[in-house]
Amino acid sequence: MSGFDKVVASYEEALAGLEDGMTVLAGGFGLCGIPENLIKEIKRKGTTGLTIASNNCGTDEHGLGVLLVDKQIKKMIASYVGENALFEAQMMSGELEVELTPQGTLAEKMRAGGAGIPGFYTATGYGTPVGEGKEVREFKGRNYILEEALQGDFSIAKAWKADRSGNLVFRMTAQNFNPMAITAGKISVVEVEEIVEVGELNPDEIHLPGIYVNRLIQGTFEKTIEQRTVRSA
Amino acid sequence: MALTRDQLAQRVAQEFKDGYYVNLGIGIPTLAANFVPQGMDVMLQSENGLLGMGRFPLDEEVDADLINAGKQTVTMVPGASIFSSAESFAMIRGGHVDLTVLGAFEVDCQGNIASYMIPGKLIKGMGGAMDLVAGADNIIVTMTHASKHGDSKLLSECTLPLTGKGCIKRVLTDLALIDIEDGKFILRERAPGVSVEEIVKLTAGELVVPDNVPEMNL
Repeated sequence: MSGFDKVVASYEEALAGLEDGMTVLAGGFGLCGIPENLIKEIKRKGTTGLTIASNNCGTDEHGLGVLLVDKQIKKMIASYVGENALFEAQMMSGELEVELTPQGTLAEKMRAGGAGIPGFYTATGYGTPVGEGKEVREFKGRNYILEEALQGDFSIAKAWKADRSGNLVFRMTAQNFNPMAITAGKISVVEVEEIVEVGELNPDEIHLPGIYVNRLIQGTFEKTIEQRTVRSA
Repeated sequence: MALTRDQLAQRVAQEFKDGYYVNLGIGIPTLAANFVPQGMDVMLQSENGLLGMGRFPLDEEVDADLINAGKQTVTMVPGASIFSSAESFAMIRGGHVDLTVLGAFEVDCQGNIASYMIPGKLIKGMGGAMDLVAGADNIIVTMTHASKHGDSKLLSECTLPLTGKGCIKRVLTDLALIDIEDGKFILRERAPGVSVEEIVKLTAGELVVPDNVPEMNL
């Protein structure tokens, strides 16, 4: 049974083997559902030349944004990068390469990467800068562009709960890109708020089976809120 | 008088139908949620993975794990569901969302839309906008009719990088409701107190003016 025990003892062990120049897929939307401690471990480790695919690149102080400070990111694949001044500066100076990718296309590229599908046709981006240089094919009178799947040397993700074998349950909109990022990483590392024993999760309620998860660690999370909006009673 | 933000939102909400699944973009489109007519049920889709978005939370209800596509804290209505980003865009790309409302910088009479980038100035990314305009059939673009300098945003050809090609059929501005058909803008309604002449003057692309252009009913 221990062959299915995915739990590692430390964040250092969780990211062992992550080397300069690798591609990392990261879950999260804004700062919601981000693998915040794994990101901090990459910062501590000092890995550089990384290509990172994630919907956003955090903010100046939180999430993937902290990897910009020491210029650890060489290339960012994201759909929206508007919350980060350092990001903008490095992009404008050419130090940081950016591949803007439509949000749904990015999710599907990761999904395809994890599902063994090398590419797919989508109408998203046809006739726009995103479609430039990509194969166009007509289906039933409409034009579609070929988008290729995305895979990572590592994926880093956050879930709410897991059993020791890596079966995962996400919580509310912290799910977002996490399941797809996990499936498309050669080594997928997931941090969670709670790890329970095998058999304690209801199989019907598992969002992502443990087959996709290589390493699992329990952490504590700041869960920074980007835009705290409230109504009065 | 040009429509206020609330009036724009009110006019958008007139396009809602009972049982519609609707995706509202950031800004004025989001305000339309405040004008859902009494007795009508509309389910709001947020592309980060939530169908059935509710109001902003009370202070004690705030949950960092529950946000909308604008990264604002929100709540869920009864009957809401949660899913991954891939599932979210499968329902968008697959044409399952009944109505999409989003903002833009420019629209042209070929149905092209530019909304995500001003080269050299604003490079924040398209987020889900490209998927939304490509996937939805029923789209309303909301924007001001002209820039602060009086330059028309309804053009014969967009000048900025496109978000989508040939996908826009309806534009609501602070001055008018305009459809796009066969490479022309068609003036359908005008804002209360705004003359046809004023709209013609501020529309750069070819505009067809029918004999009768009613005022909006707000």
